[in-house]
Amino acid sequence: MTLTGLSDLLVGPFIEFGFMRRALAGCLALSLSAPPLGVFLMLRRMSLMSEAMSHAILPGAAAGFLVAGLSLPAMTLGGLIAGLAVALAAGFVTRSTVLKEDASLAGFYLISLAGGVFLVSLRGSQIDLLHILFGTVLALDDDALTLLGGIASLTLLALAALYRPLVIECVDPLFLRTVGRVGGPVHSAFLALVVINLVGGFQALGTLLAVGLMLLPAIAARFWAADLSGLIPVSMLISMLASVAGLLVSYHAGIRLPTGPAIVLAAGALYLFSMLVGPRGGLLHRLVRRRHLEA
Amino acid sequence: MSQGEIRFRGLTLGYDRHPAVHHLDGVVPAGDLLALVGPNGAGKSTLLKGIVGEVAALDGSIETGTRAIAYLPQAAEIDRTFPVSVLDLTAMGLWRPFGAWASLSRHRQKLLDALAAVGLTGFEDRPIGTLSGGQFQRALFARLILQDSRLILLDEPFTGIDERTTADLLALIRGWHGEGRTVVAALHDLHQVRAHFPSTLVLARRPIAWGPTPEVLSPPVLARALALSEAWDEAAAICRHEAGPTHDGRHAHDPSGHDHPPGHGHAHHHAHDHSHAGHGAAP
Repeated sequence: MTLTGLSDLLVGPFIEFGFMRRALAGCLALSLSAPPLGVFLMLRRMSLMSEAMSHAILPGAAAGFLVAGLSLPAMTLGGLIAGLAVALAAGFVTRSTVLKEDASLAGFYLISLAGGVFLVSLRGSQIDLLHILFGTVLALDDDALTLLGGIASLTLLALAALYRPLVIECVDPLFLRTVGRVGGPVHSAFLALVVINLVGGFQALGTLLAVGLMLLPAIAARFWAADLSGLIPVSMLISMLASVAGLLVSYHAGIRLPTGPAIVLAAGALYLFSMLVGPRGGLLHRLVRRRHLEA
Repeated sequence: MSQGEIRFRGLTLGYDRHPAVHHLDGVVPAGDLLALVGPNGAGKSTLLKGIVGEVAALDGSIETGTRAIAYLPQAAEIDRTFPVSVLDLTAMGLWRPFGAWASLSRHRQKLLDALAAVGLTGFEDRPIGTLSGGQFQRALFARLILQDSRLILLDEPFTGIDERTTADLLALIRGWHGEGRTVVAALHDLHQVRAHFPSTLVLARRPIAWGPTPEVLSPPVLARALALSEAWDEAAAICRHEAGPTHDGRHAHDPSGHDHPPGHGHAHHHAHDHSHAGHGAAP
């Protein structure tokens, strides 16, 4: 293959088509904000919690859809309200009753999800539901791009501000409780960031797949880096790679391959690859027994 | 009220209305080095949790001279798989003065000094997950040093810790005592208590005895503490004891007429004698 051929393959679609450039910009913005949150979720053993939160967004988005049709601001606002309500309600129940966080969250997200499906079926067809679930990455308009960029900026600034208390809250929540009162607010702010990113992601990838770009790069990064200063940048990089690869594969594929799932599948492939060959506890490295050290 | 002081007033702490610490009155003076002694289930951990505010009082109150309490819990909720270094863990002790944003880079030496004081020089960049139990406890003591509190609470700090580490950490505790800090430690090793702790509070849900260690750790007192019944009585009557600063310990808390034996001699100024026999514990 010639160099021109390669550039046609890899760069051509983005030069030629505006919608590809928009999709790329949106996914790269999401790649900066979602994976670092995924890293914290993974380290706190809350990976599956983001899946639950993505379901919790649905009724709000559906309510927005019922009121205003396929309108970005209405569905975003609805999703944001529903997601934050579930996160805060679950947090409140966890702190005030005997329930642990996973149980209280499960309770609220199931109510929320059922309500969402109910709302969607009140009006609209199956196709509308698929649209909400799988997103429209190739139809990102200016508003959607601004939203994704804004969410990425907000997330990075907020993470920088919350970083130290968030890490302490992850490592030793009891200690943070005994030295101050920031633990609860920091945890709530973190959950709010997760919700905001899932809402942003559902514009591009849909509610179900937004979780993919949050978690898969973070989990894959675990096989390449040991501490937070390595995990966060590596997860961003993997997410960007997955975005580019997914967009290109769905563009070049002969059959009509939906873009959202293609991006998440690319992230999944990168995860499987990392799991096999990653130097930090990857499968192949476990099979090779290296000579031990003297001390 | 001086910073290191703790005052208990008719304090009852517990879970689900069942008392775990029952009617405790008294004052831990600033600068005291106090051992909390008693069988499992006697309320030692609950009392320490009550002082830091982890367990709310069912009745009465606790006053401390400072809210900046350094507390080492018995089973730390610490996630030791989280990828932070020993230096990061230790640096948490500086949360109060530095907060979320102030830079710690110019205070690295202070952190290294604290690690040196607990014998962990050279461990600063190790992930906390690679430390042994004793090394980890040393790291937590380094964090306590950096918290620089006038009031330090230790919940069974030497459980599962070898002799040498225990000796090193006991030396640190004596150093804190020498600096005039108040230290309250829940302990099981009575030899340790006799050797290092000038005063002792024996708990068996209710306070059994409180005073200078040699007087308090007597066979009759310990026998009474061991007679503690650990079981909850699901049908326990509501305790009718009225919390108040002055009473003679002979109040009737149960109209059915439980026998309240006369005082069993607290040796010290905190004496509050209340024998609560309603739960079937033989006094």
